[in-house]
Amino acid sequence: AAAMVMNPDLRKERAAATFQPELLTHVLDGGAERTRRRREIEALITNDPDFQHEDFNFLSRSQRYEQAIRKSALMVMKLREHGIADPDEIYLFKSFVHRGRPEPLDLHLGMFLPTLLTQATPEQQDRFFMPAWNLEIIGTYAQTEMGHGSHIRGLETTATYDPATQEFILNSPTVTSIKWWPGGLGKTSNHAIVLAQLYTLGQCKGLHAFIVPIRQLGTHEPLPGITVGDIGPKFGYDEMDNGYLKMDNFRIPRENMLMKYAQVEPDGTYVKPLSDKLTYGTMVFIRAHIVGDAARALSRSCTIAIRYSAVRHQSELKAGEPEPQVLDYQTQQYKLFPLLGAAYAFHFVGTYIRDTYRRISADIIEGDLSELPELHALTAGLKAFCSWIANAGIEECRMACGGHGYSRCSGLPDIYVTFTPSCTYEGENTVMMLQTARFLIKSYMQVGSGQRVTGTVSYLNDLPRQHIQPQHVAARPVTVLVNDPVSLVEVYKARAAWLVEAAAKNLQAELNRRKNKDDAWNVTSLDLVRATDAHCHYVVVKLFTAKLSEINNAAVRAVMTDLCLLYALDGISKNAGDFLQAGILTNTQVNQVNQHVKELLAIIRPNAVALVDAFDYSDSYLGSVLGRYDGNVYETMFEWAKKSPLNQTEVHESFHKHLKPMLSKL
Amino acid sequence: GVNPDLASERLAASFSVELLTASLDGGAERTRTRRAVVEAIESDPVFSQENQYFQSQNERYEAAVKRAVYLQKKIREMGWSETGSEVQYIYRCLSGDIALSLHRVFMRSISVLGSDEQIAKWMPLATSYQIIGSYAQTELGHGTYLQGLETTAVFDAATQEFILNTPTISAMKWWPGDMGRSATHSVVFAQLCVHGKCYGVHPFILQIRSLQDHSPRPGVTVGDIGPKMNFQHADNGFLRLQNVRVPRENMLSKFCEVQPDGTYVRWGSQKINYFTMTSVRISVLSDEVILPLMKACTIAIRYSVVRRQSKLKPGEQEAKILDYQTQQQKLLPQLAAAYAFHFINTYLHELFNRGYQDIQGKNFDSLPELHAFSSGFKALVSQHCTSGVEICLRACGGHGYSLLSGLPSLYTKIIASCIYEGENTVLLLQTARFLIKCFMAVSAGQPVPPSVTYLSSAKPGKCPAKDKSDFLNPEIYLKAYEQMASRLISSSAAKLQHLIRSGVDEYEAWNQCTVQLERAAKAHCHYITVKNFVETVEKLDNKAGIQKIMKHLCDLFALHGILSNMGDFLYDGYLTAAHMDLVTASYLDLLAVIRKDAVPLVDAFDFTDRSLNSALGSYDGQVYQRLYEGARRSPTNQQGNPAYGKYLKPLLQNTLSKL
Repeated sequence: AAAMVMNPDLRKERAAATFQPELLTHVLDGGAERTRRRREIEALITNDPDFQHEDFNFLSRSQRYEQAIRKSALMVMKLREHGIADPDEIYLFKSFVHRGRPEPLDLHLGMFLPTLLTQATPEQQDRFFMPAWNLEIIGTYAQTEMGHGSHIRGLETTATYDPATQEFILNSPTVTSIKWWPGGLGKTSNHAIVLAQLYTLGQCKGLHAFIVPIRQLGTHEPLPGITVGDIGPKFGYDEMDNGYLKMDNFRIPRENMLMKYAQVEPDGTYVKPLSDKLTYGTMVFIRAHIVGDAARALSRSCTIAIRYSAVRHQSELKAGEPEPQVLDYQTQQYKLFPLLGAAYAFHFVGTYIRDTYRRISADIIEGDLSELPELHALTAGLKAFCSWIANAGIEECRMACGGHGYSRCSGLPDIYVTFTPSCTYEGENTVMMLQTARFLIKSYMQVGSGQRVTGTVSYLNDLPRQHIQPQHVAARPVTVLVNDPVSLVEVYKARAAWLVEAAAKNLQAELNRRKNKDDAWNVTSLDLVRATDAHCHYVVVKLFTAKLSEINNAAVRAVMTDLCLLYALDGISKNAGDFLQAGILTNTQVNQVNQHVKELLAIIRPNAVALVDAFDYSDSYLGSVLGRYDGNVYETMFEWAKKSPLNQTEVHESFHKHLKPMLSKL
Repeated sequence: GVNPDLASERLAASFSVELLTASLDGGAERTRTRRAVVEAIESDPVFSQENQYFQSQNERYEAAVKRAVYLQKKIREMGWSETGSEVQYIYRCLSGDIALSLHRVFMRSISVLGSDEQIAKWMPLATSYQIIGSYAQTELGHGTYLQGLETTAVFDAATQEFILNTPTISAMKWWPGDMGRSATHSVVFAQLCVHGKCYGVHPFILQIRSLQDHSPRPGVTVGDIGPKMNFQHADNGFLRLQNVRVPRENMLSKFCEVQPDGTYVRWGSQKINYFTMTSVRISVLSDEVILPLMKACTIAIRYSVVRRQSKLKPGEQEAKILDYQTQQQKLLPQLAAAYAFHFINTYLHELFNRGYQDIQGKNFDSLPELHAFSSGFKALVSQHCTSGVEICLRACGGHGYSLLSGLPSLYTKIIASCIYEGENTVLLLQTARFLIKCFMAVSAGQPVPPSVTYLSSAKPGKCPAKDKSDFLNPEIYLKAYEQMASRLISSSAAKLQHLIRSGVDEYEAWNQCTVQLERAAKAHCHYITVKNFVETVEKLDNKAGIQKIMKHLCDLFALHGILSNMGDFLYDGYLTAAHMDLVTASYLDLLAVIRKDAVPLVDAFDFTDRSLNSALGSYDGQVYQRLYEGARRSPTNQQGNPAYGKYLKPLLQNTLSKL
C-alpha cells in the first residue's frame, strides 16, 4: 500500500492552491518551532513498533479495552524513556498514542492526580501522590450518580463520621445513589476520589471528597463492602471502562477525607473552608479543553469529507461531460465550507481561552479573582456553543460522504461517537448556556444601575437606556460591508445586545406578573438560551476576525479572510430571522448576504484541499480510508473490508448451522 | 409496580389513549391484529433481542440468520399469509433485526422486471427458499447516479451468454445487503454491450455461490464490507466479477431483450417500473424512519418524568426534567413531528394507491407529481426524524449514551435513511425541478397538479394576525406557510431565469441555484405536511378529547416550524417582528398545555417494552433498576478481566520495565 501514487485529482487540487499550507500550519501551532516539535513527538510514536496494533474497528469491546490498557501502560514507560515532562507535550504524546480516543487512565491523569494536588494536605500528598504518580495506585474521580448529574448538590452518597473509631462510613443508600459513569472505574482503578454528603455529629455538612480504596492491591478483587463493575456498552468509548460503584458500610480512616480546605477533627468538629470559588478553576480548564476538542473533531471531519469530495465523482453537471468531482456541486460546498470556517474559528477560540486561562490562573495565585466570573461564564457558553456546532458538523461531514461515510472505515463514525458525549459531560450544554445567561443578565442589570461592565460584554454599555418595557425596541440598522469582517463583528454585536436586552425585558415582565423568581426564569429560559447563543456567536466571529491581523503572510491572510467572511456571513444567513426581527438588517441586505455566501463558496473552492491539508493530520491519526492524504480511497477500502471479522472464513458458520438446513429442506 | 412519577402522569390524560392508538392503527380491529402478532413473536425466545447490545458483529449476524430461518416456520405455524397485514407487523416488531430482507427485494425485482417465463422459473425457487437472493446495484465508486455504473455485461452470440465483468476497483458492487455471507443469487445491474454497442444499465440474475457448499462460484469474489455504524446484523457485501458467464435468458426481460442473434429489442413502457422504484422510497418511511422517532420520543419523554434534576423552586423536591421549559422545547416538537409525519405517511400511501390504479389504467398523468412527492418527503421526513432522534438522545443526559437506553442504536440506524434509496440533497433537487416546472406552467396560465395550485394564488401582502390567539387559527398559519413556500419557489425560478438570460449555460445556472432550490423544495414539503396535519385534525373524531389534543400538536408543529425558519417568514414582510413575538407567545403556551399529556401521547404509540428494548423507556419507569441489572449482565462483568493480569498488574507492581 505504501507504493501507491497520489490520486491525480488531489494532486491537481494541491497544485492549484494560492497559498502554502505549511505556513498556515505554523499559524495553527503557534509558530514553526512548535510545528516541528509536534511532528517530532508524533514520530516517536508512529516509528515505534511497540505502539502498532490492529485496526480497532475489527476488535470487540474487551479487546479494545485491552489494547488501550496495553498502550497506556507502555506510554507511561515511554514518556520517561523520552524524558517528556512538560504537560502540553505529555498531552500531545498521549493523544498520538491513543489517536484522539479516550483511554482508561484518562481520569487518573486528568482528575485523580490534579485533585490530589489541589485538595490534599501535605500529609495526604505524601501518602497518595507519589504512589499515584508512579502508578502503584490508579485512581478515578467518582462524582456522578445514577440518578444525579449536573446538579451535584442532589448527590445521595453519604459519609458518616464515627468518632469512636475515627472513621468515615460510606454508603450508597439507594439504587439512584450508585456512582455511575466514572471512567476507569469499571475494571482499571484501585482507588477513587468519591464525592459524598458528609455527616458529622448528626449534621449534614454538604459534599466533600474522600479517597476510597476499592480494590485489593495484588489481586485486584473488590474490597469487602464494595460492589464495582463496568456499566456496559455505550455509544462509543469502547476503550473506556466507565464504571459503577456501590458502597455498603465501607469504612475509611478519617485521614482519607481531602482536608486542605474543609476538615473534620478527631472529635467530629467540622471546620469550614475559607472559599469555595477555587473549585471553579479545574472546570474552566476542562471546558476550555472541550472547545479545543471541538475544533479538532471538526477539522478532522472536514479533512476527510473535503479530500473525499475531491476524489469522488458523481452524476453529471453538464450533459455528455465526465462525472464531476462532488466538490464542484454548490450544495456540497455549502455543506462543507462553512464548517471548515467553523473549524478554524474554534481553533482560534480554543487557543484564546487556553491563554486567557493561563493568564488568569497566574492572577488567582496572586489572590486576584476579579476576572474569574467572566471567564467562567465565557467558557461555559462557548463549551456549549462550539460542541453543539461541532457535533452537528461531524454528522454533516459524514452524510456529505454518502454511503461510505456510514462505514466504519471512513473514520467519521468513530470521531462522532468519541466527540458527542462532550455535549453532556462537564456540564450539560443547556445548563451551561443558562449559566452564561445568568452572567449576561447580571451584567445587563449592572449597566442599568449605572455601572459599566468590561470584557466581552462591554457592548451592553452602549445600549440606549430604556425603561423596562415588554415590547422590543428595534435596533438601529447598521451599514454592512459584506467584504469587511470588522463590519460583520458589529452586526453580530448588535444582535447579541438586542437579544440580551429582549431576554432581560421578558424576564422582568414575568417577574412583574408576580411570578416568583424561579418560575420567571424557567418560562424565560428559551429567550435566555437564544441570547447566550448570540453572545457566543459574536465572541467567535470577533476572535476569528482579530486573528486575521496576526497573520503575516499575505497569501495566507487572504484565504483566511475569505474563510472568516464566509463563516460570518453564513451565520447571518442561517439566522436571518434574528437580524430581520431586530431591524439590524433589511431584507435587501439579507439578500446581499445570501448572494455573497454563494460567491465565497466559489472563491474558496480552489483552496479547499490545501485548507484541510494545513490541519496537518497524519493518516494514522486521521484513521480514515476516505480521508487519506494520497486519495487512494477505493483500493484501500477493499483491502480494509477483507479484514472484516465476517470474512475470516470463506463460508460463514451460520451457513452450516442455519442456511443449509433451510436451503436443502425441499 | 409502576414508578409513581409515571403513574401520576397517566392519571392526568385529557383523552383516551386506547382510542388514539386505534386511530393511529387505522381501526380497533387492526390494533387487535397487531397486538396478536406482536404477542406471538415476543413470546417466542428465538426472537428475543434482549442481548443484542452485548453481541459482536458475528453474533449479531448469526442471530439474524437464525431468526430469518425460524420465521418461515413460525409464519407457517401461525397460518399467516405472506401478503397479509400480519407480515408487516412482524417486521415492525422485530425492528428489522433479521437477515434475508433483501430476498424480498430480489423477488420483487424479478416480478416487476422479469418476463412471464422468468417469473415462472425463479419465483417458486425463491418463495420456497431454495435460493437466497440479493440485489446489487450500488458500486464502490457509484451511488445515486445509475448511468455511471461500470460493471459490464457483454453478449457472446457464439455461446448465447453474457460475460459479466468488474473492470475496475471502483466498479465493484458494494453495500448490497445479505450479499456478504448469505446470498446464493443476486440481481446484478450492469452496462449491456452487444456487438460493441452499449445499451445502458440492465438487470441480470446471477448465481454467486454454490448450492452445495456455499463457496463462491468461479470468477466470483464476494465478502462482507466490514463494520458500519449499525446494521451489524446485516452482511452488506462486495462482489467482484471476472468473466462470469450467465445464459442469455438471465437478463430480466419484461421491457427489453437481446435476441439470439444479438438484436436488441425494447417494448412496452418502463413507466410502471419507474413507479415501483418511486414507491419504495415511501415504503421505507413508516418502519425505518417514523417508527424510530416515535420510539425515541417514548423513551425520552417517559425518562424525563422519572428523572429529577435540580430544583425549580428552593425548598421543593428536585423537579421532573420535563417541567423545564428547555426540556419541553427539545422534546415536544419532536412528538408533534412524529404525529405530523405519521399522518403525512398515511396521506402518501393513499396517494400512491390511487396513483397505482391510474397507472394500471394506463393513465400516467400523476407520475411526475408522485415522483416529486416521494423524493421530497423521503428527504424531509428522514432528515427531520434523524435529527429528532438525536435530540431525544441528547435530552437524556449521560444515560442516553448507554446502549442500554436503546437510543444510540435507534440513532445509528435511522441516520442511514438519509442516504439510502436516494441521497437527500439529490432527492430534494429532483423535487425542486418539478416545482420550477410547475411554477413556469402557472406563470404561463397552464394547469398544474393540485398540490401546487397554491403557486398561482400567492400574492404579496401582510398577515392579518393581531393577537397571539390568531396564531392558533390554522388559516392564519397555513397562509403564512403558503406565502413563504411560494416566494422561495418563485425567487429561485427568477434567479435561474436571470442567470440563463445573462448567458450562463443551463447546467451551470442550475448548480449556482441549488442551495436556494433545495430550500424551496423543503419549504414546499413542510407546507404540505402542515396542511395535511390541519386537514387530518378536521376529520378526526371529536369524541374522547382526541381531536382537541391533536389540534394542539398540529398548532405546535406549525408554530415551531415558523420559529425555526424565522428568516424565511420575515423576509418579504408577510410576517413582521411583532408577529414573531405573538407566535413565540402562543408556542410557549402550547408547550405548557401539551406537557400535561406528553406521557399519554407516547403511550398511544403502543410499543411493548421488548420492542423498545430500553432501560430508560420501559412502561413501568423502573429506570435505575433496569440500568443496574443491564450493566451487571454485560460481558465485561460476566467474564474475567484479562487486561489485569497482562498489563495492569505489572504496571501496578512496577514490574513493567522488567518484561
